[in-house]
Amino acid sequence: MSTHLHLKSPSKFLKSFLTVIAVCLSFGAFADGTSLRGGVLNEEAPAPALKKILETDGNLDRQFVDQPPLIPHDIRGYQVDKNVNKCLSCHSWKNAKKWNAPRISVTHFKNRDGKVLADVAPGRYFCLQCHVPQVDAKPLIENKFKPVESLD
Amino acid sequence: MAKELFIKRYWKMLKRPTSVALGLILLFGFAAGIIFWGGFNTSMEMSNKEEFCIGCHEMKDNVYEEYKSTIHYSNRSGVRAICSDCHVPKEWGPKMVRKIQASKELWGKIAGTIDTREKFLDHRLEMAEREWARMKANDSQECRNCHNFEFMDYSEQSNRAFTLHEKAQKNGQTCIDCHKGIAHELPDMSHVDGWGG
Repeated sequence: MSTHLHLKSPSKFLKSFLTVIAVCLSFGAFADGTSLRGGVLNEEAPAPALKKILETDGNLDRQFVDQPPLIPHDIRGYQVDKNVNKCLSCHSWKNAKKWNAPRISVTHFKNRDGKVLADVAPGRYFCLQCHVPQVDAKPLIENKFKPVESLD
Repeated sequence: MAKELFIKRYWKMLKRPTSVALGLILLFGFAAGIIFWGGFNTSMEMSNKEEFCIGCHEMKDNVYEEYKSTIHYSNRSGVRAICSDCHVPKEWGPKMVRKIQASKELWGKIAGTIDTREKFLDHRLEMAEREWARMKANDSQECRNCHNFEFMDYSEQSNRAFTLHEKAQKNGQTCIDCHKGIAHELPDMSHVDGWGG
């Protein structure tokens, strides 16, 4: 296929353009502009109701092998900045035993060059970049995703 | 001569007042007492109001602004705890003591000790530690005015909360031992027991 398609042969370009239109029309979703989330694309859908944070006493199961463990409790107002890390006040190696909380992984002591530091590596300090709480929400699109057997 | 007589007469009158005058004095004293006491209490109440506390920008722009996103400001049932609910004792004696201590804060206001955000942050640890010590000393009384161990239904709490509350109660711990920074941002906690690391 020529990269200068529409410059060199306008008729060819017209052909492929029409093909694209035809393909688009064959997908009902594009033709009438309905969104996969329901509602029409050019109209703002009403915001779904806020959902409650899922709180469990155990852990939330992992869905894939490398998934960072999920947070099974509310974290409203948790302060994580240069003054204090509220997460580490329970989950650090120093404090975890007292609270009977899971300790952070030792991998978090390694910096990005693989050097092991004496405390949590700066790149790992902001817990919420990877670890998140969950809400009790159904998937937007039904799917057949299942964790691998070893995690099930 | 006549003057001396007048003083003598006056003295006599004071020494043996007529019953009407005695009644009047009592009545006036009583009324003045009510007015004074009422006025005193009203001004005490007035200085416990949220509008009074955030009347100065030091409180309004720092601690109040931070508190607005917390559960004691806005929550599902609409019950609020305002500044004085946590920071001023309810009992008369301790309340008077706290109010007199607060006069030092007036001096701070005049001197401009925390009149910018930077100055406020510089003093935050010192101020926070003072308040933690006060709460520790009175067994977090202001928390317990609403949150009372005796009336907590542990079965309504998550296992996590229940286990820790039970342990705390057994060890004689008090609310503020764990629940620091629930209504305002925390200072640098790296040297605070149980937080660092």
